[in-house]
Amino acid sequence: MAMLDIRDLHVAFPSGKTTEVEALRGVSVRLEKGERLGVVGESGAGKSMLAFAILNLIAEPGRVSKGEVVFHGENLLEMSGRDIRGIRGNRISMIFQDPMVTLNPVLSIGTQMIETLKAHRRISDAEARKLYIARLREVAIPSAESRMDAYPHELSGGLRQRVVIAIALLTEPELIIADEPTTALDVTIQAEIMALILKLCRENDVALILITHDLGVVAEVTERIMIMYAGLCVETGPTRQIIKAPRHPYTAGLLKALPQFAGRGHRLYQIPGSMPPITALPPGCAYHPRCEWASAECKVKIPPLEEGCACFHPLDQTEAAS
Amino acid sequence: MTDAAVTDRAAPDAPATDAIVETRGVEVRFALPTHFLSREKPVLHALNTVDIAIRPGESFCVVGESGCGKTTLGRAIIGLLKPSAGEIYFNGQRIDTMDEATRKPIRRDMQMVFQNPYASLNPRRNVFETLAEPIRHLMPEKSQSETRAQVEEVLDATGCDPSWQRKLPHEFSGGQRQRIAIARALVTNPAFIVADEPISALDVSIQAQILNLMSDLQDERGLTYLFITHDLSVVEHFGTRVAVMYLGRVMELAETETLFAAPKHPYTQLLLDAIPRIEGGSFDNPKPPGELPDPVNMPPGCPFTPRCAIAEERCRTERPELRRLENGAQVACHFAD
Amino acid sequence: MISLKGFIRRFLSDPVAIAAGFVLLLLILMAVLAPLIAPQNPYDLMQLDIMDSEMPPVWREGGDPRFLLGTDAQGRGVLSTIMYGTGISLMIGIGAVIVQGVLGTTLGLIAGYKGGWIDAFLMRLADIQMSLSTLMIAIIVLAIFQAGFDANTYADYAIIMLIFIIGIAEWPKFARTVRSSVLGEKNKEYVDAARVIGLPARKIMVTHILPNTLTPVLVISTIQVAEAIMTEAALSFLGLGMPTDRPSLGSLIRSGFEFIFSGSWWITLYPAIVLVVLILALNLLGDWLRDVLNPKLRRGDD
Repeated sequence: MAMLDIRDLHVAFPSGKTTEVEALRGVSVRLEKGERLGVVGESGAGKSMLAFAILNLIAEPGRVSKGEVVFHGENLLEMSGRDIRGIRGNRISMIFQDPMVTLNPVLSIGTQMIETLKAHRRISDAEARKLYIARLREVAIPSAESRMDAYPHELSGGLRQRVVIAIALLTEPELIIADEPTTALDVTIQAEIMALILKLCRENDVALILITHDLGVVAEVTERIMIMYAGLCVETGPTRQIIKAPRHPYTAGLLKALPQFAGRGHRLYQIPGSMPPITALPPGCAYHPRCEWASAECKVKIPPLEEGCACFHPLDQTEAAS
Repeated sequence: MTDAAVTDRAAPDAPATDAIVETRGVEVRFALPTHFLSREKPVLHALNTVDIAIRPGESFCVVGESGCGKTTLGRAIIGLLKPSAGEIYFNGQRIDTMDEATRKPIRRDMQMVFQNPYASLNPRRNVFETLAEPIRHLMPEKSQSETRAQVEEVLDATGCDPSWQRKLPHEFSGGQRQRIAIARALVTNPAFIVADEPISALDVSIQAQILNLMSDLQDERGLTYLFITHDLSVVEHFGTRVAVMYLGRVMELAETETLFAAPKHPYTQLLLDAIPRIEGGSFDNPKPPGELPDPVNMPPGCPFTPRCAIAEERCRTERPELRRLENGAQVACHFAD
Repeated sequence: MISLKGFIRRFLSDPVAIAAGFVLLLLILMAVLAPLIAPQNPYDLMQLDIMDSEMPPVWREGGDPRFLLGTDAQGRGVLSTIMYGTGISLMIGIGAVIVQGVLGTTLGLIAGYKGGWIDAFLMRLADIQMSLSTLMIAIIVLAIFQAGFDANTYADYAIIMLIFIIGIAEWPKFARTVRSSVLGEKNKEYVDAARVIGLPARKIMVTHILPNTLTPVLVISTIQVAEAIMTEAALSFLGLGMPTDRPSLGSLIRSGFEFIFSGSWWITLYPAIVLVVLILALNLLGDWLRDVLNPKLRRGDD
């Protein structure tokens, strides 16, 4: 049985008095212990929504309108408040983009770490202190003991994010959900942080859901990816394979648009148009207005996710045909 | 390569004759707010002696991470900041000390595109008003109908629909707003545009559209770009020459192909290594966190010393100047060859 | 920025806003049309008859259908005096806010955009001003004024004096609000873009920044009108506001006060009720406006 099994997840928001729009329109994915999954998409695709939905953190007025999130056999969406709090920050941790949002600016780092530990464990202050100094060392924060009493604003962005990772790992979680953890960081710091996350996940056998728009990062860090578009997963599979041979036209478009793939001085490949907002989705496949292979069927029916690709004309078939 | 083969300490890039924009020894210092009783007056050195010369028609890229001074450089050149020292030239004329009356005609030729499409358009003005303003102020001799014609022409050139003129910024997406911002920069027919991270705030699939647009416009109008960015893959694709900055100084300056094929400065190498690759594998060895030196109290030697793999004692005390190497690149390092 | 359609829709969907708006509209119409619809003109001495004084409201014994709400000590119909009085209260309230608004906005704009010592100076001035109670200053100034001039001069200039005193005393509120908006807008890139073209600072302040700071100004204006009316009412109640021959709601309350215990309670009560309703409507509307115009509380469909 998979560690985490997300089945047909729908998240809806009220629009006007009587209608709802769906930000997630039926996402299903499985995750095994220690597996690293990348969730890739542009803004508005629903990737952060997915992260929050897993831990039942969708804020009002949104709600999970359908589906299950089964973690070790139990549906997280139906857990009592007390039980789910035992999971959040304990067995499933989250890392956000902005460390200043995760860290309380008026508490020292040390205090926040002790707080986290004591929330989930019966542990003395001295024991907790030993534990988190060890964790801070693990995330390679120099002079960990003296940093204990520092406040978040006294540290640089990269160091703050390391502290956040240390806190996330404090409780030895089975899964870390990282929502754009390095988007706001410089590229050299990003490399350091992602390498750190990768090492810690490998060493401690922690599963990872990495949400990002950066295909390069995903290629380096994850084993499987899922590409999201307008609230649905349009392609999923092993990272290497999808990057080498994408089957969904959107994935192919994203990859082709990367500057690495254009010859110097030649125009970049550009996908025409832009992703529709969830309040104005076209009928059928949400991508069809931008797709050069769209057929009549694409305009009326939503293609189901089959063999990892939600498309009536996956690229390997169209190429084989032509 | 022996030392003798390394050429002389490079004077700033090819003398001012053919440069459209040139900076000589530009420094920008900011006095930091302090307690009025304290004796120290800390100063932030945002730019420390920057010498660059941008040739007409090129896409001169400035890359670096946060705090390197690239945005400050762009703002100093366009006139939003006054440099604390040094000179800035446009087409051979010194512009940083000009009074407004003399500078006004030159402003037609220099424009800027900003990073945040959500903040660079006045939310209360419609597109037409926003685009007409530069014409009205800088080209007052144009009549109403000429202004209108020029606005429409520039909207067309940037892929904007003429019906957008009556609309307000909040009715547009990020990519569309950036097109409008580019249109505004083009409306006075400038020769030189400073583009400060013009695509960083946009979605990946829109970035390609905007980059292509900027490329096309350059070909059609003979524009010169000063392109400020942190994204090296964009530089590799788009730039003719690159200056790599770190803590207010230029560390390496070279033709794009030269830089990417053979980066000479340790920082450039670090930057290039850090780019995630589609083939994977570069994140397998975690590195310890890099300590950035304090831009307020800068140590005397090379600013990159704490993070440099090949740093020696000399680097801590003696600051390397930019010198020209055999392959044409200029590098600020004692050991590059 | 909320669209006009969204604004109207929000208004129509909020019963409190509709009620407050309706009441306010009614009161304003009543005040504006007073010369046309009031049963009598209470200030026309020819119409007054001392025999009509202290008559109770029409539904009580001794009441007279000419004076629906009774009469006061001089024989003026209470309903008519309320109608005229509301107009005076509103005039002073709105006038004072216009003075505050113009003065405060200008100073706030300058302080915010220029920064440096100009900002420091103006803000310290504002601090000093705010620490002195408006009421206290008004009392002092008006008392001196009243003592120094005869009653007729006072009566003529009272309304202007009140508008200016309350107006000038309260400029810091507007100045601070505008200044903080300006500080926020100043760093936005559209201001940079205007500077790149070479627009002079004055022009940028007025044509670019000012329009973007008006939303909070609108919000506090409504509430400041309510406050100005209350301040004036308090002053009048103390005898320092509007004179009895051109009374505002506050002066009406005052002049009826002495009659409460002698039995003619209607002289005070009805003006008091109208005053409370007016202030309440303004405050409710102001609160609603603040919520609607707050970008962080916006709903997606606006």
